[in-house]
This record gives sequence, C-alpha cells and structure tokens, in this order.
Amino acid sequence: MEHTKFTPQTWPDKAEQATMEGRNKFVGIWIFICSDITLFASVFATYLSLKDKGPAGMEFSAAELFELPLAFVMTMLLLTSSLTSVYAMYHLKNHNFKGVQIWMSITVLLGLGFLALEIYEFYHYVHIGFGYTQSAFSSAFFTLVGTHGLHVVIGLVWIVCLIVRNAKRGLNLYNAPKYYAASIFWHFIDVVWVFIFTVVYLMGVLG
Amino acid sequence: MSSVAVSNKKGFGATLWDYLTTVDHKKLGVMYLFAGTLFFAIAGFEALLMRIQLMIPNNDFVSAGTFNELLTMHGTTMLFLAATPLLFGFMNAIVPLQIGARDVAFPFLNSLGFWLFFLGAIFLHLSFFLGGAPDAGWTNYASLALYSPGHGIDFYVLGLQISGAGTLISGINFIVTIITMRAPGMTFMRMPLFTWTTLISSTLILFAFPPLTVGLFFMLVDRMFGANFFDHTMGGNTIIWEHLFWIFGHPEVYILVLPAFGLFSEIIPVFARKRLFGYSSMVFATILIGFLGFMVWAHHMFTTGLGATANAIFAVATMAIAVPTGMKVFNWIMTIWGGSVKVTVPMLYALGFIPSFVAGGVTGVMQAAAPLDYQLHDSYFIVAHFHYVIVGGIVTAIFGSMHFYWPIMFNRALNEKLGVLTFWIFFIGFHLTFFLQHFLGLMGMPRRVFTFQADQGWDLFNFISSIGAIMMAIGVVLLVINIIITAKSKPLNCRDYWGDGRSLEWAIKTPVPFYNFKQTPLIRGFDPYWLEKHDGNKEGMIYAEPLGDIHMPNNSILPLVMSIGTFIAAFGALYHPDGVAWSIPVIIIGLGITVASMILRSVKDDLGYHVHVEEVIATEEHLYGKGGNK
Repeated sequence: MEHTKFTPQTWPDKAEQATMEGRNKFVGIWIFICSDITLFASVFATYLSLKDKGPAGMEFSAAELFELPLAFVMTMLLLTSSLTSVYAMYHLKNHNFKGVQIWMSITVLLGLGFLALEIYEFYHYVHIGFGYTQSAFSSAFFTLVGTHGLHVVIGLVWIVCLIVRNAKRGLNLYNAPKYYAASIFWHFIDVVWVFIFTVVYLMGVLG
Repeated sequence: MSSVAVSNKKGFGATLWDYLTTVDHKKLGVMYLFAGTLFFAIAGFEALLMRIQLMIPNNDFVSAGTFNELLTMHGTTMLFLAATPLLFGFMNAIVPLQIGARDVAFPFLNSLGFWLFFLGAIFLHLSFFLGGAPDAGWTNYASLALYSPGHGIDFYVLGLQISGAGTLISGINFIVTIITMRAPGMTFMRMPLFTWTTLISSTLILFAFPPLTVGLFFMLVDRMFGANFFDHTMGGNTIIWEHLFWIFGHPEVYILVLPAFGLFSEIIPVFARKRLFGYSSMVFATILIGFLGFMVWAHHMFTTGLGATANAIFAVATMAIAVPTGMKVFNWIMTIWGGSVKVTVPMLYALGFIPSFVAGGVTGVMQAAAPLDYQLHDSYFIVAHFHYVIVGGIVTAIFGSMHFYWPIMFNRALNEKLGVLTFWIFFIGFHLTFFLQHFLGLMGMPRRVFTFQADQGWDLFNFISSIGAIMMAIGVVLLVINIIITAKSKPLNCRDYWGDGRSLEWAIKTPVPFYNFKQTPLIRGFDPYWLEKHDGNKEGMIYAEPLGDIHMPNNSILPLVMSIGTFIAAFGALYHPDGVAWSIPVIIIGLGITVASMILRSVKDDLGYHVHVEEVIATEEHLYGKGGNK
C-alpha cells in the first residue's frame, strides 16, 4: 500500500480510514484523547482546589499574577494553528501533498510561537519569586499549564517528524492516517487551552 | 520471515529473542500469565508471613516496620501486578480468537504495554533490596506517605507510574481491537460475554488510570522535587490524594471483577450445556456496573468528613450497584438451572464463586450504609469483605479459567484430579481464612495492626484464620505443581477440548497457528461454534474469504528498549532528593532512550509482512498433519 501511487482522482474519500491500520489509528487516537481528557480533568480539579492557596501570608494571587494581554496573544496563536491544521487536512483530502506540508509547517511555526511565549511567561513568574516549589498554588499552576505545554511539545515533535520523514515520498495510504491523527491531537491541545484560558486566566483575573 | 512459520526447533538464544521481541497476542498472553503468576506467588508469600505473625498474640515473627512493608506490598502487588496481568493474559490469549481477529489492533503497543508493566513491577520489587519497601498501605494516603522515611514510597510511586502507563496502553489497545477488528457478522450483540466485559473493563481503565497517574505524579513531585500539593503548611491538601486515588481505586475493583464475571459467563454455559441465560441483560448489567463504578468512589471516604449530603448520595449510588450485580448472579443461576451440568474443575470454581461472591457483595452493601460504615471502617470486617470479593470473585475466576483455557493457550490440559484437590484445599482454606475475620472486625480488631494483646476474644479466630492461609498456600503450590506436570504431558492437538464449546475460540484447532484463523470466519449468530456444530458443519466455522496471503505485523525490540528507558529514568528521579549529582543526567538519558525509540518507531516504516498461501498450507499440515488428522 506504500507503493501505490494515487492521483487526486483515484485518492479515496476517507483516505485516513481506507486501510485497516488507518481505521485503527483513527479510532485509537480518539480513544486516547478520552483518557487524556480525564487526565486534564484531574489536574484542573486540583488546580481549582489549590488556587491562591499557599503558606501563611503568601503575596501571590491569581488576580494579581496573571495578565490577559499575553494570554490573549497565546490563545490567538494556538487557535490559528488549529485552523491551519484544518487547511492541511483539507489538502490531504484532495491529495495535494504540497499543501499539506506547507500548512502543517505553518502550524508548527505558530505552535513554536505559542511555546516561546509560554516559556517567557514561566521565566517571568520564576524571576519574580513564583517558582514551582513556592506554594501549593504555584505547584498546581505550573503542573496544569506545564502539562498542556508538554502536550504542545509532543505535538510539535510529532508533526515535525511527519513533515521531515515524508518530505520526499508524497502522500499515500500509509502516512495519511498519521497526518490525520496528529491533526486531531493538535485540535485536542487547542481545546484544552481554551479551558486553561477560561479557568486559569479569565477566572484568575476576575478573582 | 517465511521459514519462521514452519521451523519449530530453535536454540535458547533464538527463543529468548523471540519472546523479547514478539508482538503475537498469544505469546504476550502467556507472558502476562506467567509474570502475573510470579507476582501472585510473591504477594501470596507476603500474606503468609503476615498471617504467621498474627497467628498468636504478642508474636514477634516480623517487626512492626516489616509488617507495614508486607501489607503494603501484598495489596499493591496483588491488585496491580498479579490480578491485572493474569486477567490481561486471558484477554490477550482469548479475545482476538473470540472475535475472529488475526491479532490485536496495535500489536506493537501490546508488547509495549507488557514490558512497561513488567519493568515497573520489577522496579517496585527492587525496593526490598534497596533500602526498604513502601510502607504506607496500598492506598498510600498522602498524610502518611509524604513523611515516610527512605525510598519505599518513591519506589511505589515510580513503579506504579511505569506499570500504570502499560496498563493504560493495553486498555486502549483492547477497546480499539474490539471496535474495529471483529470478524464479519460478529455484531456487538453477538459478542461473547468475556469480550464484552473486556471492552467495558478496558473503558474503565481508560477513565480510571489517568487520575491515578495524576495522583502519583503529584506524590512524585511532592516527595522528590519539592512541590506542595499535599503539604498543608504550604497550602496543599492531603484529601486531594484520597479523591484521586479512589476515583481510580474504586473502578479498579470493577476493572478486575468484570473480566472475572466474563470468564464465568463463558465457563457456566459450556458446562451447564445451555445457552447463557439473559444474554442482553448480562450486557446491560455489565455496562451499568461500569457506569455506576465511577459514581461511588467516596464510599471509601465516609469517615473523611465530606458531610452528610455527600455521604448519603454516595451511599445510595453504592447500593444501586447491587442491582445489576444481582441480575448477573440470577442469570448465572438460571443458566445452571435445568442444565445437564458437568462438574469439571472450571465448573467447580464457578459453583464455588457464586456463593462466595454473593457473600462479599452483601457485606459490601452493609458498608454502603454510611452510619454502619463508621463502625466498620478500618476494621477486619473490611479485610474480610474485600477478600471475599477479590479471592471469591477474581482469584476463583483466574484459577478456573486456567483449567478452562489451558488447552487453547498451551495445547495441553491441566490434570483434573489434582485440580479437584486443589480446588477443595484452596476453597476451604479461603473460607477458613476470611469468614471469621468478619467477626474479628465486629469485635473491634483494627486492620493493619502487626500484633494484638491476648484474651480479647481474638486469639482463636486469628489462629484459625492463619491455618486457612496455610491451606490456601498449599492450594497454590498444588496448582503450580499441576502446571509443571502438565508441561511434560502429551500435546492435545484437538479442537473443542471440553466437547461443549460454544464461542469461536473453541472452533480453532490447537496448537493455534501464529496467524490464528487461516481464513477470517463468518459469524452467523450468538455462540457461532455451537451453531455450526448444530448444523453438522465438521469444520466448525464457515469463512468470509477465500484462502489467501495473510498480512502479519513484524516483531520489534523497541517496546523493551522504550520500557528500559523509563526504568533508567525512574532511578534518576528516585535518588534526586538525596542530592546526588547524577540524578538529573540519568533522568535525561533514560527519557532520551525512550523518546529516541519513539521517534525511530515513528520514522521507520513498519509495513508488516505477508504469509503466502503455500506457507499457510504447509504450516497447517505441519501442525495438524495431512487432512488434519495428526
């Protein structure tokens, strides 16, 4: 199946599910996301119960710490990257491999931008004394946002591997499900960020 | 690859390499079974030491500290490293055969799941040699565990983190397998009950293990990297651990008991020689138990002080679980009722299971009443209750299924006479051990105590309980002897060993070829093999495809390498709080190995290989002789 050459005319409708391996990957990534949702739910619940909790007389609180402009820029970068990965999947459906590679690359660049801002944000907090071990609040905050950041890193490494590995050989039924699964995972990361933006930053600033 | 199928004489090195790299669900099933048996024996030995300590009052056979380590390791090992892999062994070996699949959906992940579990288990057990085992109970409550000296708790956290990841991976694999890999005609409502319970229990794994992962991660960073999730002086809260642990811990009970229910639902119809009574209600009850299993975790925390309203809600939800479970019990009884019952060893275990499990369930409903639970909490009544559920429900299922499925898994049958003897010694020993513990609990004996004062009315019951434990140990030794004897017996080379097999796994001849069915079968209804037998089909199944090339996955060493990477990284994390310079580099090297293997796996195409028609025919002739009459 790797050597079958396709044209946009012969390319199957649901290429990502055209083979049994592809269908397994498609179902598998959704099932995996179910468990990842539970993982994030547990961390969210912990964050909410430890928000603003710290040693007696702690000077940090969510209302003073978080700033919406930076979080807004990060949100926009990540939401846009989700959109560009949809474009990549659009081209995947039409067997336009160049389009897939270009839009996936743009997705990676936007993801890197998000990651850079997150690293800057963490560096800033640590710099002003709000380190990982400072309080229960800081541990919970860094764990929640850091777990999401780790997912972003994994997603980026995954997509970069796909782009580099397949650069010379084009689209086939073996790698189409891989692109598709990576894109679903990327959307999931995006959805989690929407909740982080709401629960951590918006609710944090509101107090 | 082509000659692998036919050549069967291999050197030790080649065989070892084959098992280290295999992705075959049948071999992994056997590996799970033996790894599980190993840890079952270790944990059983720990239990025996505890019962010897408690045999007489004021005993000093083991010290209080050692006793704490024994009780922690007994519980942890039995649940995570014995019962789970033993059931995974049957799931791996049987479920793909029951649904007519060549293998599981992700054979590579299947192997990865096994190696993560196994290395995590080894890591946990290294604690005995490296400064002391964990000693805060299998529940590892943070208020106790956070301040436990030494590295015991760190071994617990890291070992379970690794093996838990393996369990989660296997769970995802089974769900996808059952959704996508069923043979044509095998609709959901024609699936055998064991496949159904595997599906539901894998779904429970899917939702229950992530909270455990999170809880263990919190414990890990709290103890090793200075975080403050549970330290109340820094704003933390130890109750978070209790919630996360029991959100995992209660479904874990159903993760284990549902496949056990499934196994009995396979055994009982075969030996009652009747169709399973109330199949649809069995499926419905399984789903309902799985659903309700997530609504009841706080019944372990009635005395924590969540308030009357929370306690009442969780009490009612807990009692509700008795309804679907009762449906199952009545269905089993109705299946046996009026059947032409053949009392073989598996059936003996099934007959012993029903009253034992009902007893465990009834005491469970007693504890669901929150006010009564205030009396029973942390007493021997609880110990008696959950051992009735776990030994009476899960261990009997595992022992019974060993006898039941040994012909398919090993092409040999376990000795029946020795099996009957084993059953009676184990079963009587089990009731002797745990029945009186109910009364010890009601008399006020707390659990997890390493000794007790004489003349409180506890002496005789404790003594009898210890005698029972010794009988259980003898039973297990007899089972192991049976396995060893059977390994030397003649291969069966037959189909449908018990003569009354109903589901698809009995339609295939043993030894099962590495590709399972030479042609994918076509399923015409529930109990497909019984249907075909009834219609006089000598072959046992009809096929959905002509004989053709078979596509199989490649073996790989990468799952083992990935698991070793996490194993190395765990050592770095473990010694981090000691302030050694090499801890962070070791973590980076270990995780580097894992990540590098993952990337290698990702960029290297793994397209599998094809077994050609001629090789299939040659293999079948080699296994069964010409015309299938070997």
